[in-house]
Parts: sequence; C-alpha cells; structure tokens
Amino acid sequence: MNLFKIFDISGSALSAQSVRLNTVASNLANADVPSATADGVYKARHPVFAAVLRAVGTETAGGVRVTGIVESERPPRVEYRPGHPLANEEGYVYLPAVNVVEEMADMISASRSYQSNVEVLDTIKQLMLRTLQLGQR
Amino acid sequence: MNKLIDAALGIHPQALAVGARRLEVLAANLANADTPGFKARDVDFRAALATATGERAGRLEATHPKHLTAPRASAAPELRYRIPNEPSLDGNTVEGPLEQAAFAEAAVRYQASLDFLAQRIEGLRKALRGE
Repeated sequence: MNLFKIFDISGSALSAQSVRLNTVASNLANADVPSATADGVYKARHPVFAAVLRAVGTETAGGVRVTGIVESERPPRVEYRPGHPLANEEGYVYLPAVNVVEEMADMISASRSYQSNVEVLDTIKQLMLRTLQLGQR
Repeated sequence: MNKLIDAALGIHPQALAVGARRLEVLAANLANADTPGFKARDVDFRAALATATGERAGRLEATHPKHLTAPRASAAPELRYRIPNEPSLDGNTVEGPLEQAAFAEAAVRYQASLDFLAQRIEGLRKALRGE
C-alpha cells in the first residue's frame, strides 16, 4: 500500500527535526561556557539536511536525512574578565559565538516543522485505518 | 463477475490510488520543508487519473505495427513542480501553510473516495443478498 511509505517519509522528517532541536539545545546550553583559548571554545553546531531520493523511475522524493553537522566558523567573543580563573595573562576569556536569538528562532522553526509532520502522520494513520475497514460493517 | 464488480465500483478504486500517491508526494514536500534546494511537487490529479484508468494521456497511438512508440519523457508524467509565490534564498520552494492546506484537501478527497467506495460495496452486498 502506498500510504505505508508516508510513515517512512514523515518519520525521517521527525528524526531530522529532532536532530536540529538537539543541536539547538546544545548550542543554547553552551552559549556561555568560557574557555582559556580561542581554539578550545565551543562552536555552534548546525545540521545539514538533504532530501532522500528514491530509486530512478519512481521519482517520488523520499524523506529527509541529516548528511552531517557543521560547526560554525564565526570567531569567538572575547571578554575582559581579569578575575575569571580561565582568563589569560591579559585578562581575557573566550566565549562561544552563539547567537541566542538566532537559536531560539531556529528552535521555533524546528518545532513547527515537527508538529506539521506529526499532523501528517496522524492523518495518514486515520486514513489507513479507514481504508482497512472498507467494506466492513 | 470481476468485470461486473469493477463496473459497479466505477472510477473510485483508481481515484483512491491516485489520492494515496498525491498524499505521499505532499507528505514528502512537508518532510522537506527545511531542506535547502528542495523543489516542491504536486500530482496533476486529472492526468494521473487518466493514466490510471488507461486513457493514455500523453502517449502516442500506434495503429500500425511499424509505428514508433514515443519514449515516455518521464516515469511519472503527472508530477508537476510547484511555482513558488515567494522564492527563498536557499532554493527551497516548499511553502508550509500552502502545503498543509493541500495536504488537508488531499486527505478529505481521499476520504470522499473511501466513502463512495463504501457505498458502492454496500450496494453490491445488498444486491447479492437480495434484500
């Protein structure tokens, strides 16, 4: 039955969006973690989505997959905190270049996408059950 | 007998199959709402139904054995790319609310086909029982 494929498609979207939510959570959680060196500082992570294409001939796009997680290249913030235990000789600490507002917007977008895929799954489940009951009384 | 049942069920089994395919394509659009470069597609219901019922949409009629058959341009000719109202920078043409509305519409149409089929089956059953 055709409708079974939709479970795979929407399921893959749910898992991709939850990876995105996970990276957002990680970015937000580490937004204020200082580091003594510029290299050791946390870098914001973002997943890369790609469409899964089915075998040639069927032509229908499949679901989504996460092809990788990239680290942001943005330079870290440098703050002058001479009293901080991790401060270097000049009194500076390095903080992650995580834009909290950007991450929150990303989180809302991911959760909306997640919701709409859950909605799709729910509808398809009902339609499948009704199809199975066709002709029964 | 099978032909009789097919005739009694009419176009609805094919409509149901095409409806399921459309739901699949729309679900794939919604799943890829955040995939860069993804192009949203939809099923041309009329063309797909014509193909499913054997009306040979877009195929050459061969009336002589030496006639050439035209190669089919695409394995799924009824799939059409959606033209975005607002192109986005990452090349994605999925417009969330539009796709959700299309999905809801396709789901209702699928249910309508199911109801029609159920009625036809009920009619057949009554005829067989002679009630």
